Amino acid sequence: MKNEQGKPKKYGMVVDLDKCTGCGACMVACMSENNVPFKADESNKRDSITWMRVYKITNGKPFPDTENCFLPRPCMHCEGQHGHSPCVSVCPATATDYSTETGIVSQIYTRCFGCRYCMGACPYHARHFNWWDPVWPDGMEKSLSPNVSVRMRGIVEKCSFCFHRYQAAMDKAMMEGRKELEESEYQTSCTQACPSGAITFGDLNNPKHAVYELKKNPNAFRLLERLGTNPKVYYVSSREWVRRAGDNYIKGEWENKQNAKK
Amino acid sequence: MGTEEKQIKHAADHAAEGAGGGPILFFIIGLAIALGIGWIAFPKALYSQKQQPFDFSHSLHNGLVDNGCESCHFFREDGSYAGVPKLAQCIGCHEDVQGSTPEEKVFVEEYVKKGKEVPWLIYSRQPDCVFFSHAAHVKVAKMKCEECHGPIGESKNLKPYEQNRITGYSRDIWGQNIAGIKTHTYDRMKMDDCADCHKERGVKASSVQTERDACFVCHK
Repeated sequence: MKNEQGKPKKYGMVVDLDKCTGCGACMVACMSENNVPFKADESNKRDSITWMRVYKITNGKPFPDTENCFLPRPCMHCEGQHGHSPCVSVCPATATDYSTETGIVSQIYTRCFGCRYCMGACPYHARHFNWWDPVWPDGMEKSLSPNVSVRMRGIVEKCSFCFHRYQAAMDKAMMEGRKELEESEYQTSCTQACPSGAITFGDLNNPKHAVYELKKNPNAFRLLERLGTNPKVYYVSSREWVRRAGDNYIKGEWENKQNAKK
Repeated sequence: MGTEEKQIKHAADHAAEGAGGGPILFFIIGLAIALGIGWIAFPKALYSQKQQPFDFSHSLHNGLVDNGCESCHFFREDGSYAGVPKLAQCIGCHEDVQGSTPEEKVFVEEYVKKGKEVPWLIYSRQPDCVFFSHAAHVKVAKMKCEECHGPIGESKNLKPYEQNRITGYSRDIWGQNIAGIKTHTYDRMKMDDCADCHKERGVKASSVQTERDACFVCHK
C-alpha cells in the first residue's frame, strides 16, 4: 500500500533528547500496552525484558561541568540495505521480518524457536529473551491487552512500534473506505505517554507527518549510524557531547567530521 | 543334474517356504492395525466433543432478518468485528418467548431473564497470535462470508464443538479431513489456507524474507 506520494510507508520516530526528563513513563506505558512480562526481582537487567528502555548517559566531566542525558531506546526498526536489518538477516526461522509496506520489523512469537542469533546481531540490545513463562500477579491476567499475544518461555521479543494499533487503525480506515491513515490515527503508546512531548512518531516518507521535517534537523543523528543498520529512530540534541555519544569515534575523528560539515 | 541346476532348485524351494504366509501376513496385519490407529482411533481420541449451550437454527433466523449475516454479525464503527452476537443484540426480538421451539424457551428463561451472556463455543476461534481483519476481507476484498465459514447460514442445527485435546483449538481450524485435504475454500482455517488465497489474489508482497505478504499482516 503506497501513500499519496507513491512512496511506501516508513514508520519511524524522532526523539528530542533535550526534552526527555528520564521519567520512564514511556517504559511503563509500553509494558502495559504490550503485555510485557516482569518478575518480582527486576534488578538483573540481563534477564529482564523492556521493549522501551531509558538509558542515562553522562558527559563524564567532574562537577560543575557534569551533564546527564536520558536516551529512550525502542527497537530501531533498522532498514539496513533493502530491508536486510541485522536481525532479519540472521534469523534462521523466518520469525523476524522486515515489511516494505510499513518499514516495521516484525517478530512472530509462534515462529521463533529461541536461538537468539538476532539478539547477538542487534547492536542496540533491543531484543529480549523470555527465560521464563510470564507469571502475572493475581488477577492481572484479566487486564492484559487482547490485541497483543502474550509470549512464552524460550522465545525472543522486542518493540513492534505498537503494530496492533496500526492494524486497528487500518480496520477503521477500511471501514470508512480509506486507504490512508491520518498521523494521529496511528501513534505508539510511548509517544502518547511522554509528558514532555519528546517523542514524535509518524511516516518518515510522508511530508504531512511531523517526523518528515524533524528528521532533517542538523542536530539529528541516529545510533551507531556507521554500522549501516539504517535505523528509523532519530535523536535530536542541541548538545554536542550527546550527538557524539551516538557512535564510537577514534581520537580526532569527531572533530574532523564537524569540520567537514562546516 | 549339474551342480548349478541343483543350486537354483534349492534356492527356489527356499524362497517358496520362507516368503509365503507368516512374515508377510504379519506385516500386513501390523500395517493395517497401525493405519487404523493412526487414521481412525487417534483422530477420534484427539478431539473432545462439547455441545453448545442450546441449539440454534441459522436458517430460521436468516429467513426473518433483513440484512443477511450482517443483521447479527456486524461491524462496529471503529472497524472491528462483533463476531458472535451478545445478549444485547438478541434481546430486541427475544425479550419474551416468540415461537414454539423448546430451545428458545431455554434461551429466554435461562439467559435473557437472568441477564446472563450465552457461553457460545466459537468454531472459528483462531489462536491468540492471529490478527484477522474482517474489514479487509469483507469491506475491501468484498469476500462472501461463505468463502471462509461455509454455508452455515443454511444450517438448522449447531454441530457439536470439537476441541483438540492437545492444542485446545477448534477442529474447524484443522478441518474435518484428518489428512488435511480440502475440497472447499471453507474446509480449513489454517495459516496455509490464508497464505494460499493471499498469494492467489496478489496481496502485496511486502516481506523481505519470503517475498510474499509479510507476517505482520495476519499476526499480532
